[in-house]
Amino acid sequence: MKIYRSFLFLPFAVCLLCASALLPAFAQSASPATPSVSRTAQAPSAGSPARQPRWGASAGSPARQPRWGASAGSPAQQVAAAPAVPRVQVAYTQFTLPNGLHVILHEDHTVPMVSVNMWYHVGSAREKPGRTGFAHLFEHLMFEGSAHVKSGEFDTLLEAVGGENNGSTENDRTNYWENVPSNAIEIPLFLESDRMGYLVDSLSPARVEAQRNVVKNERRQSYENRPYGMADIALSEMLFPEGHPYHWPVIGYMEDLTAATYDDVVEFFRKYYGPNNASLVVAGDIDPAATRKLVEKWFSDVKRGMAVDPLSVPAPVLREVTRKTLTDQVQLPRLYLAWITPALFKPGDAALDATAGVLAGGKNARLYKRLVYDMQIAQDVSAFQQSQALASAFFIVVTPRPGHTVEEVQKVVDEELQKLRDAPPAARELQRVVNQTEASFYARMERVGSFGGVADQLNAYYTNTGDPGYFNDDLARYRALSPSDIQATVQRHLPADRRVELVVMPAAGKN
Amino acid sequence: MRRRSLLAILLLALVTWPLAAQQAPDRATPPKAGPPPALHPPATQKRALSNGLPVWIVELHKVPAVQVTLSIAAGASADPAGKFGVASLTAAMLDEGAGTRSSLEIADALDYLGASLTSSSSFDASTIGLWVPTSRLRDALPIVSDIALRPTFPRDELERMRKERLTSLLQARDDPRAIAELAFPRLLFGPKYRYGTSAIGTPETVAAFTPDDLRAFYAAHYQPANSTLIVVGDVTPDGVLPLLEPAFGKWKPASPAAPAAPAPAPAQRTTREVFIIDKPGAPQSQIRIGWIGVARSTPDYFPLEVLNTILGGSFTSRLNQNLREQHGYTYGASSAFVMRAAAGPFVASAGVQTDKTADALREFFNEFEGILKPIPADELAREKNYVALGFPAEFETTRSISGNLAEMFIYHLPPDYFASYIPRIQAVTSADVARVARQYIQPGRFAVVVVGDRKAIEPGIRALNLGPVSVLSVEEAIGPASGR
Repeated sequence: MKIYRSFLFLPFAVCLLCASALLPAFAQSASPATPSVSRTAQAPSAGSPARQPRWGASAGSPARQPRWGASAGSPAQQVAAAPAVPRVQVAYTQFTLPNGLHVILHEDHTVPMVSVNMWYHVGSAREKPGRTGFAHLFEHLMFEGSAHVKSGEFDTLLEAVGGENNGSTENDRTNYWENVPSNAIEIPLFLESDRMGYLVDSLSPARVEAQRNVVKNERRQSYENRPYGMADIALSEMLFPEGHPYHWPVIGYMEDLTAATYDDVVEFFRKYYGPNNASLVVAGDIDPAATRKLVEKWFSDVKRGMAVDPLSVPAPVLREVTRKTLTDQVQLPRLYLAWITPALFKPGDAALDATAGVLAGGKNARLYKRLVYDMQIAQDVSAFQQSQALASAFFIVVTPRPGHTVEEVQKVVDEELQKLRDAPPAARELQRVVNQTEASFYARMERVGSFGGVADQLNAYYTNTGDPGYFNDDLARYRALSPSDIQATVQRHLPADRRVELVVMPAAGKN
Repeated sequence: MRRRSLLAILLLALVTWPLAAQQAPDRATPPKAGPPPALHPPATQKRALSNGLPVWIVELHKVPAVQVTLSIAAGASADPAGKFGVASLTAAMLDEGAGTRSSLEIADALDYLGASLTSSSSFDASTIGLWVPTSRLRDALPIVSDIALRPTFPRDELERMRKERLTSLLQARDDPRAIAELAFPRLLFGPKYRYGTSAIGTPETVAAFTPDDLRAFYAAHYQPANSTLIVVGDVTPDGVLPLLEPAFGKWKPASPAAPAAPAPAPAQRTTREVFIIDKPGAPQSQIRIGWIGVARSTPDYFPLEVLNTILGGSFTSRLNQNLREQHGYTYGASSAFVMRAAAGPFVASAGVQTDKTADALREFFNEFEGILKPIPADELAREKNYVALGFPAEFETTRSISGNLAEMFIYHLPPDYFASYIPRIQAVTSADVARVARQYIQPGRFAVVVVGDRKAIEPGIRALNLGPVSVLSVEEAIGPASGR
C-alpha cells in the first residue's frame, strides 16, 4: 500500500484528450490496498486506486529461451505464436560510500533529464502499535527543510530549474525522487544529502504539527471520504494479526497521528534515516565518472547512522475463514477475498502473479469473462498479488451489479477457483498472461524517473535482492511457469477454507 | 637521491590526493544549475498513405516498442442534442466487434501479443491507441485496422456496455469528488450546452442508445479527412509505412458530415453564487470554484499557462502553499484552465477537512484577490522556469510524444509549436500576467460548488457572505440517478 507526498502538478495543459474519468478501469482496477493519490492531475479517477506496481523490466533472460506458443500438443492458435521480443539491457555501475550509502548509476540520453532516486530501507513495518503512521508522516517532514535548506525551499529550488519531485511510503520502504534537467543535477544531490545528514537540525514541533494536519487530510481523502476506502484498512487488520508489522495501515490510525510527538519523530529519524540504511540511484543524461564525483562530494559529510537489523517476522498463517461486513455510503456492495501468500521474489510469488492474470487479466480471463462478460452480474472484478518483503497478500475483488448479490458472485468465484484446482489452465491461456507481463516490463523501460521508472526499478531490485540488474531474473520467473504451476499454486495458496472474506454493504436507506 | 625522493613524494601525493579531496561540501548556498540544455524536440517525419491519410512518424529506439495512434478530430462535442455520450460510447465499442472478429477474439488476440489498446473520446477528439512490442506490430495492425475501419457494433455487446456505463454513473453518486466534477460544469454551463455534461452522457441518454446511433456517429465522423495517424517508437518510415498502408491506406474517404453549427456559447457569469450539495457525514468537503475560461486557441495561451502555474498549477503555487502547507486544510489544492475547442471551465479545486470548509473558502478568495496584484519578480521567474525548463520531459516516452503530437493535430497548432514553446513562456512578462489575471480571474463572478456535510458546513459558508447560497440534493445538482 503506497501513500504519496503530493499530487503531480502539471503546468502543461492537463490531458486535453483524456477520456471521461468516470468509466471503471478495465479488469484490474479495484485494487483495494494501494490507493494512489498522486498523479491525479493527469488522470483524475475519483479515488480509484492503482494496482501495486510490480517491479521489474525485461532484459531477456540469458539463461533461457523464451517459451513461445505453449508446449507441444496445444491446439492450433488463432494467432501464430507471438514473435520473440528482443532483450533490453539495463547497464549500470555501482559503488558504496564509506558511510554505507550504496549508489547505482545508469545512463540514458533520450532526453536531457536526470532522475535522482533515494530509497530508505524503512517503512511502516518499523513502526510500533500506538505510533502508527510515522514513516509516512516522516516522509512529509523530509520536504520541510533541513539545516541548509529553508522551509519551502526544497520545492522552490527544484521548480526554479524545471524539476519535479515526489515521495511515497510503503510497508517496507520509503522512496524519494527528483527529476531535473541534467544541467541542474547538483541541486537534488544537495537537497537529498542535506536532509539525510541535517534534517533534525531544522525539525520543530510546529513543523510536525503542520504536516500532521496535511497527513490527516490525506487519510480522509484516501480512506474516509473515498467509497470503499475503509475496506483497505480492514483487510490488513484481518490478514495480519495484531503486532504483525503489516497489521496497521501505512497512513496510520487517526489517534496515533494525533499522539505523535516531536521527540518520537526525532527518534525515528536517528534510528532509520542513515546512509547505511539507504540506496541512491542517479539515472538519465549523466556522465557516470563526473556523477560519481558529485555524489561523493555531496554525501561526504553525511555521517553513518545506527546499524539497522533486518526485520524478521514469520509470515502469518490463516487457519480458517474470517468474515466481516462493513457498511459505507455506497450504491453497490463489494466482495473482497484475501489470502497470505509467499513474499516478494520467493517461490510462488510469480506463479501467484500469473494466477491473477489468468483470473482477471483481460476480457477472456476466467473471472472477468464469466462474471462481467457472460453472466453480467458484476460491474468489475480484479485479482492481484501484492508482493512485499515479509509476506504477500493475494486479493480477488468483485463489485456486483445492481440487482445482484455478493453471494451470487462469491459462488462463481469459488467455482472458478475450484476449476483451477482441478485442472491446469490451457498452455496458451498462460502464455497470454506471460506475454502481457513481458510487454509490461518493456513499457516500464520507457521512463527513467518518477514512480516505477527505471531508476526506481533499479533501486527496488537492489533493495530486495542485492542485484540492481535483476530484470532478467525477474522476467525469467514468469517465463519458467508451466500450467501445472498455476494449478498447484491455487491448490496450495488459495484454499477456500483458509482466507479472509470482507463485504462492504450499502448503508441502510441508501438506494 | 633527492630527485628520487621528490618523485616519490609527488607520486604519493598523486595517489593520496583523490582520497584527501573529499572535504565537506560548501552548503552555505545551494548549488547553481548550469546553462539549460537546448530543447531538441524529436524530428517528426510527415508522410501520407495512398488515401491521403497523414502519417506523422517519430523515431525513438530506446525500447523495442511502438505506439500507433489514430487521432480523429471529432469527440463528445459532436454529440447531437439528446444524444450526449454517443461519441464516447462509439469509441468504446470499436473493439467490441470488428471485421470478422468478436469482442472476445479481439481481446484475446491483442492480449496474446502483449499489446495494449485504448479507444476513447474526449470532447474534441476520438482516439484509437495501440502500444505493442515492435516485433509484433505486423501481427497487431490487422486487428487495429478492423477496429478502426470495420467496427460492427453488435447489439448484445452494446447492452453489456450500456449496463456498465449506467452502473458507473450510479456509482459516481457515492463519490464526493465525482459529484463535484459533474456538478460544477453542469451548474456553469447548464444541461443543454455540451460542456455541462460529462463526455459519457447521462443515465437518460445512455439508456436509449441503439447500434444505429453508434453507426451514424461513426459514419459521420470517422473519416480519413478528419484524422491523422501518429507513430512513435522503434520504427523507421521505410520500415513502418509498408505495414500501415494495407491497414489504413484503403480507408475510403466518404462525404463527411456537414459540420454542425456550433452551439451558441453560454453567457459568462456575472455574479457570484454558492451551491452546497449535501453529502451527510462527509469528513471532507470537495470544493470547486470558477467560471467559464478560454478556448485552446486563445491568443493568451502562454500568459495563462504562467498565471495558472503561479495560482494553482505547481506544488509551490499560491493555492497549494496556502491551503496545504501553511494551513494544513487539505492534501492538495490546484487550479486549471480547461482549454477545449470552445471555452471550458476555469476551476480551482481542493478537498478540505469538513470543519475548515469556511476557512478554506476564505483562503481561496484571498488568493484570487492576491493574484490580481503584481507578481514578485523572483516568483514569476521561478514559475516560468518550472514550466519552460521542465518541458523537455514531455518528450521521453512513446505515449507522451504521441499525446503531444495529437494535440498539435486536434488544435491546429503551428509546426514550430514545440520548438517555440520555451521562448514563448520565457517571454511572458509581469504586465502580461497582470493583464490576463484581471481579465480571466474575476472572483466576484465565480460559481462556488461545495459537496459536503450540509449540517456541518452551511452556517459557516453563509457567514462568509459570498453571495446567494442554494442547497441542492445530488439529484438536483447532477440529474436523476436513472433514465428509466
